[in-house]
Amino acid sequence: MTRHIRHAAAFCVLLLVALLVNTAWLQVLQGPSYGGNPANRRPAIARYQQPRGEILVGGRPVTGSRDTGEQLRYERTYTDGPLYAPVTGFASQLYGTTFLEHTEDGVLAGTDPMLSGFPLWRDVTRGRPPGGHVVTTLDPAAQRAAFDGLGARKGAVAAIEPTTGRILALVSTPSYDPAELSGNGPAVAAAWARLNHDPEQPMLNRAVRQTYPPGSTFKVVTAAAALDAGVVTDLDSRTDSPDPYRLPGTTTRLVNEADGCENASLRHAFTWSCNTVFAKLGVDVGVDGMRAAAEGFGFNDEGLRVPFPVAPSTFDTHVDRAQLALSSIGQYNTRATPLQMAMVAAAVAGGGQARAPYLVERTTRRSGGTVSAAGSRPVRQVMRPTTAARLRELMTGVVTDGTGRNAAIPGATVGGKTGTAQHGLGNSGTPYAWCISWARADDAMEPGVAVAVVVEDASARRGDISGGGTAAPIARAVMTAVLRSPPAG
Amino acid sequence: MTKAGTTVAAADPSATAVRLPRRRGVELALIVPAVLLPVYGYCAVGLARYGTVPPGAAGYGAGLAVLALLAHLVVRLRAPYADPLLLPIGVLLNGLGLVLIYRLDLETPGHEAAPAQLVWSTLGVALFILVVLVLRDHRWLQRYAYVCVVAALALLTLPICFPAVNGARIWVRLGGLSIQPGEFAKVLLAVFFAAYLAANRSALAYAGRQVWRLQLPTGRVLGPVVAIWLLSVGVLVLERDLGTSLLFFGLFVVLLYVATGRTGWIAVGLLLAVAGAVTVGRLEPHVRGRIGEWLHPFASIEAGQGPGQVAQSLFSFAAGGVTGTGLGRGHSILVGFAVKSDFILATAGEELGLAGLSAVFLLYALLVERGYRAGLALRDPFGRLLAIGLASLVALQVFVIAGGVTGLIPLTGLAMPFLAQGGSSVVTNWTIVALLIRVSHVARRQYDGRVAP
Repeated sequence: MTRHIRHAAAFCVLLLVALLVNTAWLQVLQGPSYGGNPANRRPAIARYQQPRGEILVGGRPVTGSRDTGEQLRYERTYTDGPLYAPVTGFASQLYGTTFLEHTEDGVLAGTDPMLSGFPLWRDVTRGRPPGGHVVTTLDPAAQRAAFDGLGARKGAVAAIEPTTGRILALVSTPSYDPAELSGNGPAVAAAWARLNHDPEQPMLNRAVRQTYPPGSTFKVVTAAAALDAGVVTDLDSRTDSPDPYRLPGTTTRLVNEADGCENASLRHAFTWSCNTVFAKLGVDVGVDGMRAAAEGFGFNDEGLRVPFPVAPSTFDTHVDRAQLALSSIGQYNTRATPLQMAMVAAAVAGGGQARAPYLVERTTRRSGGTVSAAGSRPVRQVMRPTTAARLRELMTGVVTDGTGRNAAIPGATVGGKTGTAQHGLGNSGTPYAWCISWARADDAMEPGVAVAVVVEDASARRGDISGGGTAAPIARAVMTAVLRSPPAG
Repeated sequence: MTKAGTTVAAADPSATAVRLPRRRGVELALIVPAVLLPVYGYCAVGLARYGTVPPGAAGYGAGLAVLALLAHLVVRLRAPYADPLLLPIGVLLNGLGLVLIYRLDLETPGHEAAPAQLVWSTLGVALFILVVLVLRDHRWLQRYAYVCVVAALALLTLPICFPAVNGARIWVRLGGLSIQPGEFAKVLLAVFFAAYLAANRSALAYAGRQVWRLQLPTGRVLGPVVAIWLLSVGVLVLERDLGTSLLFFGLFVVLLYVATGRTGWIAVGLLLAVAGAVTVGRLEPHVRGRIGEWLHPFASIEAGQGPGQVAQSLFSFAAGGVTGTGLGRGHSILVGFAVKSDFILATAGEELGLAGLSAVFLLYALLVERGYRAGLALRDPFGRLLAIGLASLVALQVFVIAGGVTGLIPLTGLAMPFLAQGGSSVVTNWTIVALLIRVSHVARRQYDGRVAP
């Protein structure tokens, strides 16, 4: 019997070994692959186990976290959801993240390895560093001024500091409250469905993700190309441009909204926005020159990140002369995001130097230590400095004498260009009123702000009057806010 | 065979007999960490969840200590030669189970199970004390073998009259209590098997004819085997309880082999088991589902229905890694239903890691080993078979349920001894430990020269 008891004991040992080997295989070798299984909720639980880091505007957080006490514990909150939605995006437990919440997720969620002082020790304790903060370049006053200026209208505003490329305002209306999407309940799913099916597209970030025909504001680019190429050498000498202008190779006649455009000087044509003069200038410069100028300002760039991607603005280069004429006055296939047009204004204001715009000043640990900072940005010389100086002169004229008088600010030099873009089949779509401008306080060496405003405006009947009537006051409000703001530290 | 406690003192040659160390001090010394470890675990849960030591920690520790000390005193008085490891292992496993259940209670407010488990543990220790006090000699049980089997059958068939709970018909609900009579039946059946086989050993071993190389038993002695086989399958079909059937059958085969030494029995047993399992697996959708979940634990994920329980259990173990997440920091609650009972090991695996889980397995292995050692040391066949049977019961039960939740074998509803929530199970396991204490007491006492055998 003793021998058989030993056999039975050996059998029990076999069972024990089988259990131990299987458990070791399961816990050690299978661990990573099971942990990454999409049906495993543990990564999600860990992600929402701690409050998310904050996004700061003007030194104050515009985000927060709410302890729900549920399995996915912390939910995102927003102090001024609709105001900052085009910047923050949303951080949803159901639908992922967008915009800064997406691109800076590693820092905000605490998974960025840079957040941890001792990564090896973190591996041992399985702790996750608290989420870090993202400090934005936004100016809260400018953001508020742009948002209030747009009001209930559909449109977008982008403002840049020309000397650095810091984005000061990024607004899109109608907006939405990203807090509605933070959680994971049925209300979130309902809000998601409602927002996605809303014909007003509140979740569309018009400032960076939507391109519009820039209309007359594109004449700044055309003027830069003409001056750089030497097609125009004197702002006040007559150009050889008929009115109406017959588009080359067609019988289509291009007409003007303004008077006195026949053979008008560049200054007159710019101030009163003569289509005929700029269409002919574009054709005279040629496709290559126009393309070089447009791409210098940032058109056709598919790689722009601020840090979230910006929809590429387009200037079509496969065009005949008639199409080139239309492209040169911001029609045909020329399309631009509001941010792109703000970059155009900023390049003019900044002496012809274009800087890549950015939104994140720096990221920090929860304790305050800097994780990463926006370093010096590459600078491109877009046009000759003399050309930039002449363009500033032209744009200042628009504000003092021309269509952009609504943008004028006492105590500051303001340059601008307005525009109206018809679109849709037979121009049946609601027209877009544009205004791009920059401002330099009289006591400042450098212009402090460049801004682009686009408003969908049903009342815009006659070209630049409307750009000056609806968009320019918003641009003025934003620029005033920036010039009054204390300098960012 | 005489390794168990043979510290032979040869100091006094004039003494006519050598006094065998009783080792009660060792037992007491082991009970101290066995009580302190669960208290530490209890505090660790509180610290991990709320940053403070739970207010009940002292009371909880005191309660566990009083229970353990009472049991120790009774053993010291009535079974002084008993194996010193059995009681501390029981205390430690029971304490760990209470910690794990308390930890899971935090995730299910309003459905606390730890207080009830503590009451059941107290009852279990009370029964332990009763058995150690009353049962002076285990051979006394041999006389009541047939009473035991009748009682076991009655207990097994009782739940058929009660409604099924979660697909299995193994509970009896009386008032607010739900009892699993199959648990009690385990011990009774082990006693019966041991008694029957001790009495019919020679008839089973030497009668019958030889077929090829297998020595087959005669029809007359084959009767009880077939009866037991039918019983297992019957329980399985009627109560949909794969685990209990497997346990009874495994226990019977092991004891049969130990008693007779005939491999033929094992072959017959395995054939019958496979035939029964295949038939039931084909016919019974509940069992077939379990087998499907074992073969393809992630099938429901691929089908878009989310992870099933076995998948969640595997996720839990995988999340634990080598060192575990720490008590109170895991998410084994995702397993859902039965997380405190059948799947309690998932919590241990996730929060204590491979290290903690291996320690738990080794504790069970030690318990089984002490049972086997007592069986080897004993001289009477009934006592040997009883010790082997009880130890094998623990071993098989641990393997069947631990293998089930880790995906080694199909999942069957069995309680992890001592760890899992379930009053019947805790009480039964304390009875098993009590019987092992008695048996080991007899086994070691016989080597003490100063005690008349």
